Amino acid sequence: MIANLVQLAAEEKQNPLVPPGPELLVGTIAFAIVFFFFWKKLLPNINKVLEERREAIEGGIEKAEAAQVEAQSVLEQYKAQLAEARHEAARLRQEAQEQGAALIAEMRAEGQRQREEIVAAGHAQIEADRKAAASALRQDVGHLATELAGKLVGESLEDHARQSRVIDRFLDELEEKAEATR
Amino acid sequence: MSADPTQLAFEWDCRILSDNGCGFPAPGLHSFLFKPIFTVGGFEFNKVMLLALITTLLVVTFFSAAFGKAKVVPGKLQMVGEAGYDFVRRGIVYETLGKREGEKYVPLMVSLFFFIWIMNVWSVIPLAQFPVSSIIAFPAVLAAVVYITWLSLTFKKHGFVGGFKNLTGYDKSLGAVLPLVVVIEFFSNVLVRPFTHAVRLFANMFAGHLLLAMFTVASWYLLNSYMIPAAGVSFVMTVIMVLFELFVQAVQAYVFVLLACSYVQGALAEHH
Repeated sequence: MIANLVQLAAEEKQNPLVPPGPELLVGTIAFAIVFFFFWKKLLPNINKVLEERREAIEGGIEKAEAAQVEAQSVLEQYKAQLAEARHEAARLRQEAQEQGAALIAEMRAEGQRQREEIVAAGHAQIEADRKAAASALRQDVGHLATELAGKLVGESLEDHARQSRVIDRFLDELEEKAEATR
Repeated sequence: MSADPTQLAFEWDCRILSDNGCGFPAPGLHSFLFKPIFTVGGFEFNKVMLLALITTLLVVTFFSAAFGKAKVVPGKLQMVGEAGYDFVRRGIVYETLGKREGEKYVPLMVSLFFFIWIMNVWSVIPLAQFPVSSIIAFPAVLAAVVYITWLSLTFKKHGFVGGFKNLTGYDKSLGAVLPLVVVIEFFSNVLVRPFTHAVRLFANMFAGHLLLAMFTVASWYLLNSYMIPAAGVSFVMTVIMVLFELFVQAVQAYVFVLLACSYVQGALAEHH
């Protein structure tokens, strides 16, 4: 009982709201150490790493974006090249067609020319033949007529006729007449 | 400091219905007094101081291990540390002060939070079983740090007159009640605020420790004869209270830091 009373009396002196000095000091030191470490060392440390991580993530995103842009540009380039190639092919085809057409036309013209040449040559040949035939005929006709006249007259007129060219003249007259009447 | 200091909250042979005539050894103010472990030139070093220093050691050691060699791809420890750090930084400081204004106060708030939290957690750690923050000196120191911080910030930001107006909610449109408001606000902000800030933490931990000690002591004291079921109830209550205290410890650390942030925000605000 007495001990209890002493304790009660003692408790009256104790006020839990009055901070004891030594504890204040220890509390201050204890907290100061924690704060100092966080402030000067640990938080700058972790902040740096967090920043690096953020940059790493954002850098990755940026890289991906860059790759996408590059891919897009390559695709466009490829498409442009493809279109150009198509265009080129079309142009070449067109050109070939034109060339072919020109070639055909040329060949045709050449053929025409050759045909005409052949035809002309033929005509010339025919004319020459005709002329040769006509001249041979004239000689033969003259010869026959002279022979016939000689038989009728009873004497050879051949030399005379040949010298006088009478038959030629006659035939020429005939021809002229024929041409005139034509 | 002359109350009877106790190391044990009860005596082993003191039980209900036993005939040695002792009463229930209820925990009281004496539960918050400790015999010094050693004394150096009048300076009494006791268990609470030891726990406070271990708190410092624990917090610094843990975060050194977590953040000392921080990597971009974190290990498990760093991940846990980062989660705690992020909780205070984003969850409290950025929420109240904003990212730009708040960044400067992150170290203070982070160290406050973890220091207070671990000081509180001692309450349920076997062998320690005493919340350091239930000794008013420790919350008082921390509240004083916050008080000095926001008070000096107020005067730095607004000048002497402006700072005074900021503290007292000076507003001409109040008219006749202005003097009354100024007096009340000055009293409430400048004088009472640091006191309530410290006492809120202290009282919660003080009461929590009393409750825990009460049920723990009762569990033993009632463990006799037909009162054994009552001892069981008391023991269950002890377990429940431990869980509840774990919750309160975290909440009180959170509230302390949240209030600190809101005081700093008030100091930085253009109008009170």
